[in-house]
Formats: sequence, structure tokens, C-alpha cells
Amino acid sequence: MKREEFMVAAIENGTVIDHIPCAKLFEVVRLLHLEEIKTSSIMVGFNLKSHKMGRKSIIKISDKFFSDAELNRLAIVAPNVSLCIIKDYEVVEKKKVTLPGVLRNIVRCANPKCITNNEPMNTLFSVTDAEQGTILCHYCNKEQQLANAKLV
Amino acid sequence: MEKRCLVSVANLPKEQILNLIRMGQEFEKRPNRKLLDGRIVATLFFEPSTRTRLSFETAANRLGAKVIGFTDPKVTSSTKGETLKDTIMMVSNYADVIVMRHYLEGAAKYASEVSPVPVVNAGDGANQHPSQTLLDLYSINKTQGKLDDLHILLVGDLKYGRTVHSLIMAMRHFNPTFHFIAPEELSMPEELKAYCREQGIKYEEQTDFNEEVIAKADIIYMTRVQRERFTDLMEYERVKDVYILRAAMLRNAKPNMKILHPLPRVNEIAYDVDDDPHAYYFEQARNGLYAREAIICDVLGLTLEDVKA
Repeated sequence: MKREEFMVAAIENGTVIDHIPCAKLFEVVRLLHLEEIKTSSIMVGFNLKSHKMGRKSIIKISDKFFSDAELNRLAIVAPNVSLCIIKDYEVVEKKKVTLPGVLRNIVRCANPKCITNNEPMNTLFSVTDAEQGTILCHYCNKEQQLANAKLV
Repeated sequence: MEKRCLVSVANLPKEQILNLIRMGQEFEKRPNRKLLDGRIVATLFFEPSTRTRLSFETAANRLGAKVIGFTDPKVTSSTKGETLKDTIMMVSNYADVIVMRHYLEGAAKYASEVSPVPVVNAGDGANQHPSQTLLDLYSINKTQGKLDDLHILLVGDLKYGRTVHSLIMAMRHFNPTFHFIAPEELSMPEELKAYCREQGIKYEEQTDFNEEVIAKADIIYMTRVQRERFTDLMEYERVKDVYILRAAMLRNAKPNMKILHPLPRVNEIAYDVDDDPHAYYFEQARNGLYAREAIICDVLGLTLEDVKA
């Protein structure tokens, strides 16, 4: 293990999310609702030196394993994160996130005249072009770019 | 029974479009039918639109239904902060079908999801206006005797004009050739041109509106070039008179060619066109009644056979 990673202690069992762009760290925290986790210990490394990225962030969550659907939400803000599932201090599985086909109540519609921005309701988007990150609002039919989207 | 709504024509199957047109034809023969005796139609107009409301209310009345509703949201609880969902839930206790006009885009889709009774979209912001599209199709079919293989000129504001966007989507089943004629600032958006390519719809684009292109047309669909759409007002001054249709331009038009316009017009069709046999925009508006009678019956589960009986 690289030296920088020792700055955040290893975990026995759980999930490691590595290579998070520093600017996206808190969005990742929000998307996984980490602030609501009461029992697991969570370690967050911010502004760590990274060979690949210059600076990166990392999150290690003990005794917590997420569903693919939960993890794939990360593709919205940080499509290039590395996911490791840890058991007995060993990496037992590596994963990449993939953008889901449908985004239910994850991002806001950019159209101020869309009903979803004016009514207490869930948003719903379909991903029309996963490569370009293009999404289409189910309600107002406006296409928009995921890169500019704000979380609900 | 499955709840039927009409929110958009974009996903309507060909057979359903044709079925609605056939129902409309029955109503054209006999507009006054007591098919909906004892039913209640609610017209909820969160944004004023006299023309559309009168047409829907006339349709409901000619079908023997009673009409409730409001024409101005200022008199309703939405000014007290009531949500759209609550208004819809309240009205659905009283009415058998809701006809709704709203200034927000996607409002009709959402209403159709929460409402226990059918919802008909009478326009939601700049998004969809399916009854207008259906009456356009009805008018094209009536004047040409068919919907297939027609040359259709779309003229004016093709960027913001929702009626022309919906018309393109609804015509995809019928092998049309479109001619997009607009100033550069108001040209057809790229996403709709991409839609045409995906669907195999033929189109040509030009900025000139002249006799040569008019001679190719079976239908000329005029829209209004609005001053407020321009960022550059000098550009507006330059193009505002280029997209005016005058009787003199119709010399080489095909005999079957008809001119449509969703109305209201301002100056984009000169008055001398009104007396020309190619003019059809006033009759087009009357077809709206038959199309809306068909829509209301369809969402309430009546079939073509019921209407013919």
C-alpha cells in the first residue's frame, strides 16, 4: 500500500472509495447519506497527494456495504472513483461505477419553469447519452448536461 | 379500467392518432351528441387561454357534459399556496375528466400521474399542446385526403414554436418532407433535426421564403415571428417582413395547397390571403372543436363504435 494511504487507517471490513476529486468529496458524502450513518466509523482523507490525480480524496467506511444502485449514484458526480470492498483487511472486490439509466430524485432540473422546481415532488430523468452525460427531464422534456446538474 | 390521459402526442402510436381523427370525422358530421350526458368536465386554466378554453368547453357542452372550472388562477387556492397535486386531488372528487392548462412545463405529466381521473393537457408552458397538434393533423388530413407523403413548409419561429415541434413528432408515422424556413436566430433547434434524422424524416432548411419553395408545398404552416424572441433587435427589424405571406406569392402554388396557422396571427399572413382559396386557418380553428370532442370521449373510454352508434 502506498504511503499516502497509510495516512488514513486501514479498515478490517467495509467499503473504500478512492480517487474522489477533492471538489466532489462532499457531494459523494451527500449522495451516500454518510452523515446519517450512526454505527459505522468513517474516515475521510482530503487533499491527499495522488500519483494519478495530483490531489485526491478518499473515504473509508467500516462495516458498511452498499448496493450497486447506491454506488452507481456516484457516477453522477465522480464517474472515475475506485471502489474496493474490504474483508479481513484484504481487498476482495474492486468495482467501477456506471451511470444508471434512470435518475430518480437525485439531481434537479435546470429549467426554472419545470414543474419539479415548483412543486414538492421527486425529479425523474432518463440518461439519453451516458458517454456525453446527457439527461432528459421526464416532466418538461428538456435535455441537459449532467456535468452542470445540481443535486436535489 | 386503465386511466387514459392525453399529455403529449410525441409518443402516441399511429393507430391512436388515426382513431382520434376518425372519431373527429364523426363529430364533424354530427357535432351535437349526448354521449356524455350526466358527466362533468373540469377545465382548470392556471393560465388564461380564451381560445383553447372556449373550444374545450364547447366540445364538452356539445357532448352533453356539464362544465366546471376556473379561467383564472387568481380566484383559486393556488394563490394561497395550494400545490398542484392538492388542487388536482380536490377537483378529481367532483369531475370525471380534467382539462388543464398550466404555465409550468411538465405540469400536465405530473397531474396525470397523481390524478385518479383522466387528464387532458390543454398546454403546459412551452412544452406540449397536444389538442392543437391533433387539430392540425385533422386539418391536414381533411384538406389533403391523406396524411402520407406530404411536403410541409414550416415558416417563421421554428426555435420556440412548440406547435411546429409537436407537429414534426406527430407526423413521423406518415413519411413527410419538411421544409424549415426561418431566420437564423429562430432556426429549428439541433435536437429536433437530430430527431428527424433518427426517425428518417426528410427535411430541407432555408432562410428564403419565396415562390419557388411555396410551389413545392402541400401545406404551409405559418407561425408568428415575435419581437421579444430576438436578442438583436436590428436583426428583428431586418427579418420581420421577410416571413410575411402575401397573396402575390401564391401564384405557382399547387391547387391542393392549404395554409395553416395556429392563430392568433399578427401580421405574418397579409389580409389579402384571407380571400384566397388556399387560406384555411379559420376552418382549421373550427376543426379544433371536433378534435377536442374526440379527445374528451377517448380519455373517458368511448370508442369509435360508440361514437358512430
